[in-house]
Amino acid sequence: MSSDLHYKLIVGLEIHVQLCTKSKMFCGCAVEFGQKPNSRVCPVCLGMPGVLPVMNKQAFEYAVLVGLALNCEIAQFTKWDRKSYYYPDLPKNYQISQYDLPLSANGYIEIPLESGKTKNISIIRAHLEEDAGKNLHTAGNFSQVDLNRTGTPLLEIVTEPDMNSAAEVRALAVELQRMVRFLGVSEADMQKGHMRFEPNINLIITRDGTEYRTPIVEIKNLNSFRALERSVDYEQARQLDEFLENGVVMGMGNKTTRGWDDEKEITVLQREKEEAHDYRYFPDPDLVPVKMTPQWLSEIQGRLCELPIKRQLRYVDQYKLSDYDAGVLTADRSTSDLFDEAVKAGAEPKRLCNIITQTGLKIANEKGCSAGDLGLKAQSVANLAGMIEGGTISAGSAGQIFEAMVETGKEPEVLAEELNLIQKSDAGELEAIVDKVLADNPKAVDDVTGGGKKSKKARGFLLGQVMQKSKGQANPKVVSEILVKKLG
Amino acid sequence: MEELSAKELRDKIAARQISSLEATEAVFKRIDKLEPVIGAYISTYHDLALEKAADVDRRIAAGQSVGQLAGVPVALKDNMCTTFGATTCASRILENFHAPYNATVVEKLLAADAVIVGKANMDEFAMGSSTENSGLKQTINPWDASRVPGGSSGGSCAAVAGRLCFAALGSDTGGSIRQPASFCGVVGLKPTYGCVSRYGLVAYGSSLDQIGPITQTVTDSALMMNVIAGHDPADSTSVDENISPVFDYLEKLYEPLDKLTIAIVPQFAAGADRQVQKAITEAIDVYKKLGAEIIEVNMPHLDYAIAAYYLIATAEASSNLARYDGVHYGHRSEKAEDYIEVYSKSRAEAFGKEVKRRIMLGTYALSSGYYDAYYLKALKVRNLIRADFTGVFEKCDCIMMPVSPTTAFKIGEKVDDPLTMYLSDIYTIAANLAGIPGISVPCGFDDNNLPIGLQILAPAFGEDKLLRIARMFENQTDWHKRKAPDIS
Ligand SMILES: [Zn+2]
Repeated sequence: MSSDLHYKLIVGLEIHVQLCTKSKMFCGCAVEFGQKPNSRVCPVCLGMPGVLPVMNKQAFEYAVLVGLALNCEIAQFTKWDRKSYYYPDLPKNYQISQYDLPLSANGYIEIPLESGKTKNISIIRAHLEEDAGKNLHTAGNFSQVDLNRTGTPLLEIVTEPDMNSAAEVRALAVELQRMVRFLGVSEADMQKGHMRFEPNINLIITRDGTEYRTPIVEIKNLNSFRALERSVDYEQARQLDEFLENGVVMGMGNKTTRGWDDEKEITVLQREKEEAHDYRYFPDPDLVPVKMTPQWLSEIQGRLCELPIKRQLRYVDQYKLSDYDAGVLTADRSTSDLFDEAVKAGAEPKRLCNIITQTGLKIANEKGCSAGDLGLKAQSVANLAGMIEGGTISAGSAGQIFEAMVETGKEPEVLAEELNLIQKSDAGELEAIVDKVLADNPKAVDDVTGGGKKSKKARGFLLGQVMQKSKGQANPKVVSEILVKKLG
Repeated sequence: MEELSAKELRDKIAARQISSLEATEAVFKRIDKLEPVIGAYISTYHDLALEKAADVDRRIAAGQSVGQLAGVPVALKDNMCTTFGATTCASRILENFHAPYNATVVEKLLAADAVIVGKANMDEFAMGSSTENSGLKQTINPWDASRVPGGSSGGSCAAVAGRLCFAALGSDTGGSIRQPASFCGVVGLKPTYGCVSRYGLVAYGSSLDQIGPITQTVTDSALMMNVIAGHDPADSTSVDENISPVFDYLEKLYEPLDKLTIAIVPQFAAGADRQVQKAITEAIDVYKKLGAEIIEVNMPHLDYAIAAYYLIATAEASSNLARYDGVHYGHRSEKAEDYIEVYSKSRAEAFGKEVKRRIMLGTYALSSGYYDAYYLKALKVRNLIRADFTGVFEKCDCIMMPVSPTTAFKIGEKVDDPLTMYLSDIYTIAANLAGIPGISVPCGFDDNNLPIGLQILAPAFGEDKLLRIARMFENQTDWHKRKAPDIS
């Protein structure tokens, strides 16, 4: 028995982004990763009796900046709520969060698709909250709690279930990472847990004209792009299998929570969410509501930069770069800023792109930084591109000069001289070499002048000989012209 | 010497007529003699106090400048955090809790060179009206050892009435300064919400709690306010000094007041005992003789104050007290087998009955499905009560009414009847809901020689005027000069 079956994957994402403020959300403790447990704490983040929180204005402004970048409406009036639950890593047994009046809502994020087009994913809301600590299960029958992370500012972003493939989910995650880094509000370092993902996944299945929806599964706490993508793929297959085997649809099992087993690459049932947890939200009486004035908002708006996806599209459109190259250049802000400034300083974009994406990124990778952070002046890089363009040096020697620029801080013109990389373009000098080569290789000359199959290959051979004789310093363009003049 | 007011003592110490050491030793002599009966203190700091007193004397002798309370022995309610000794909140759950920081008011007292002699008993976590809910000890009323001192600042008021200190700090969430002040025949001021920093005050109902002075005279109240009032960056709800400038309350106390208009609420005050009503009427007559105009007003929403209070205060308390879980500090059950039991058993063992009752009430009021009907409705009532006050204050300078419907009741009389106990706060609760200041001044005695208090309420941040109005009365009467007998 065969049936007509289609399905569509539906994914929404909840993302937590740690903001890179100097101090915590509601106290003066430093936000630092990898420190001795419980060394970055104070009475306030320890939830000692009698303490009161004071809002970190920088965290709030960072959050608003992301809200603006996500095309959200920014609330004129926003407040703090307490979310109650008992857990040892939460010293007050409530988390300060935002419930019914988030600081931003109703936006969208533009994500790149494999086709080179983009897609808008709706953002339901983005709000601020404080992070919890960490429970460490190390010592025998007891657990230990490290509260260094407690109170770190977290931005929670919730999307509509607008994504229809694991690749789209990944694209959103990557795009968001790039965006918050561009804005300078988060290091978004996955290894340090700066970004955590919780996808909500189900399928709409159409069989013989009838539509079914599988129960929504939430996967908790994913902290790599790979785990995110694979878990969504896995869930898609698992839910389809489950439907085909048991016909389980929404309403029968309700929403469940699953975890991702990184080794086995499967999702594992954590708990059945029969009814929503009662967090007993209520407004935090220790904090005053935040009123966003038009002046304050426009001040924050002024810090908004061109978003990476827009830059990427502009590079393709305006400079005719490939989508891939444009993506590489806009992977981080400083590299892309270097590119933009060097173009402004007169560099030919494609030439410049090659220098940055090939040599620049290679050296940056070795140094563990981005190409924009190698300490090079945009004007110098532009000059280097110009020297290739003008034939002063060969494209092949640009890398060597670039490397030397990073090492010595000298200007490319100086280095080209020092390294003896200036191309010989003097027609008279080159003609002498050409004459010598032609005299030494009569067979090849015959092949060229004879035309036909061998002609092209022989011409190449002669050019190579000239280059060799000039120790690579001859300008190949000029040599070719001389060859044409002499041999036709 | 113990007949002196705090200000008189301060002036004599400054003039080197009495040394702080003598005064402090005299206080400890009385503590040795009377404290076993009165039971005002949870802890006393003999050595620390004498050390401070000697230091103040030395500095005065050397002609150095000293603070406004230099050398004056004072007491703190045991819900204000101190780095010396324990901060128990009269709860077994915090019996051995030593705070790592000083409350802002404690810092201010120390900076003003006050001598802190001890920390006073109270209803556990300030929940109660008789100090019978203390988990640690019993305090009696110095006027009658068979009666309660009122609550929750019963220890502070008994200490001032018994002259076991020259002034004290209490906290008032629903009448916890004014009601015991009235029961003990002393002056108790609850300042405007936001006037005194709450940082370091162990929270009960955060939107209602306010620290205030308990003193023998109105002048002393003004002196204490000079020390403790003012904005604190550590308390977001403490009001900006641009909105509420900090006055020299002492200096303002002597400014003349003319054309005083006093509002009374006959329908509301009619519920008080006959003898209480008589004393209040006579007190108002004193103002009439001074030329005040008396107007009758109607405040229809005051009848709902108790209901609203027991929803808002308990809701906040249920969240504020969630942190006492045995995980990070405080009592931890020996019987717990896992972390859930650490919570449940520690809390079950160490919280008293009334605290548990209020946590239950508050948890219920915030639960989903009940939030709108209880918590949200209570907030609406709170707004109506605020509006009632705003309307009345357009027509008058202050409102006068009893502090409590009765004088001090017998120990044990109401412990099994929480609802009757709650009603003893019927006249004081509205000021907390509205956030306005209120004062209790001695205005007579009943047939059992028990003190009666007159309550005066003023518009927000009208403490200066409120104190002047109270002092007018004190000037004309000598109720405040009557001292409780030394019971032994
Ligand atoms: Zn901290």
